[in-house]
Amino acid sequence: MRYVCLIYFDPKKVFNQSAESNAVLAEIGPHDGKLKASGHLVMAQSLTLPNEAMTVHVRDGRMSTTDGPYMETKEMLGGFVMLEARDLNEAVQIAGAMPFAKLGYIEVRPVVDYSRPRPTL
Amino acid sequence: MSTIGARDALEAAYRSEARHVLATLIRLLGGFEAAEEALHEAFAVAAEQWPREGVPANPYSWLVSTGRFRTIDRWRREARLAQAMPELLTQAEEAQQALEPAMPELIPDDELRLIFTCCHPALAPDARIALTLREVGGLTTEEIARAYLAPAPTIAQRIVRAKAKIRDEAIPYEVPDRAELPARLESALQVIYPVFNEGYMATAGPGLTRADLCAEALRLGRLVVELLDETEALGLLALMLLHESRRAARVDAAGDLVLLEDQDRSLWDRARIAEAQGLIERALGTRRLGPYVLQAAIAAVHAAAPNARATDWAEIVALYDVLCRVDPSPVVALNRAAALCMRDGPEAGLAEIETVLGRGGLDDYHLAHAARADMQRRLGRDAAARVSYQRALELTRQPAERRFLQMRLDRLGDGGKVTRH
Repeated sequence: MRYVCLIYFDPKKVFNQSAESNAVLAEIGPHDGKLKASGHLVMAQSLTLPNEAMTVHVRDGRMSTTDGPYMETKEMLGGFVMLEARDLNEAVQIAGAMPFAKLGYIEVRPVVDYSRPRPTL
Repeated sequence: MSTIGARDALEAAYRSEARHVLATLIRLLGGFEAAEEALHEAFAVAAEQWPREGVPANPYSWLVSTGRFRTIDRWRREARLAQAMPELLTQAEEAQQALEPAMPELIPDDELRLIFTCCHPALAPDARIALTLREVGGLTTEEIARAYLAPAPTIAQRIVRAKAKIRDEAIPYEVPDRAELPARLESALQVIYPVFNEGYMATAGPGLTRADLCAEALRLGRLVVELLDETEALGLLALMLLHESRRAARVDAAGDLVLLEDQDRSLWDRARIAEAQGLIERALGTRRLGPYVLQAAIAAVHAAAPNARATDWAEIVALYDVLCRVDPSPVVALNRAAALCMRDGPEAGLAEIETVLGRGGLDDYHLAHAARADMQRRLGRDAAARVSYQRALELTRQPAERRFLQMRLDRLGDGGKVTRH
């Protein structure tokens, strides 16, 4: 199964040049290497700060854009990691070992399995 | 060896060895998380090496050694990197010493240790079931969630919390000693039997996973019996085998439930019945009677009868009398009343059911109202039977049971023309 780990954090706590956050940032590269070696890593990307984001929508055939992220919150979506894991518990365990878990929050979301029916809400 | 051959060997090894390897690694590395990582690593190395170098003669030993070696090696490296982590180095040394000689032999005790840890009474009952199915049974979180019609995060949360509790309270990874064993065994059997029942009783939901639950409960039951010659473990395995022996007969082609008295007994699995009878004899030989042995003995009397009428109902009532003393629960008393009806007729049965219901505790139990309805129907008291069937119907969501009760109700509507068997 594949899972996407969405990494949320408060940029003021991550990019404040403190010893603690710098240590976490330094861990990320080697940690990705370990995940790759163990076969769990499908891909990982970091995102720039929300002030570089654009949000797009189309209504009545007309596209509108706003500057900034879709949701303006104190904590931003800072990156994502796609994992290959046996099940949700293994994915959660891997997410718990990610350096960013110490500074922010990691949301673990299963990737849709198209062999299963689409939800009806 | 061809790549495809090695891949098949790897998949086969995963199916047959992963849980044994995990059970041993938990002992050697001192925790679930380290062991799970080591297991994953061992299979990752196998995926790379086996196609090139061939499948090792003893995959279990190879996987344990590789997983352990990789983990200890990693701990050493990490301890060197972060010099402030001497405890990792100590952990590595201890894990290194824990295993000599280098090629470990399969120790079935490890799986029993794992069962007793996952079924520890300090864990909540729901958590014990989820943890046992995942760690001992090798089911994924998502499979357990589907089997129990629960959201996967709910199951995942239970497992995470249970593991944290095992770690924080330092729940030991061991088979309990003689003094502790009876209580701890009961706690383990209280996990195995509900797993079996969930697979056996519920005909809603995806079929495959449900059958898996029964198969896993039987496997666990056998494992406990192989390693511990305990009366109640023998009794539970016999009881599950007797239920399982009727699987083909208990649901008809339309998926509707068939009552025990109406089942085609030629469909019963005689090999399973014979195995169960052997287990019951072994259990009765110990002269310590517990609820599982007694329930198995009752099921065995049914299994020995060519049809419902020829069943030794006197023997069944006598066994229920003993069971009522060992386990004085309202549900047991209700089952005894149903047996009494078969021995002495519906009048006596109904009187006993009213007595049992009068003692309370069964008002919301649909089978109690269904049993009362059945007696009333047999006695031709259609109006009373209708009320009881309706109450039973209100209390169950299970589709096959609802269809059965509705059919009984509809037949009452025909003027109560129900043929007796």
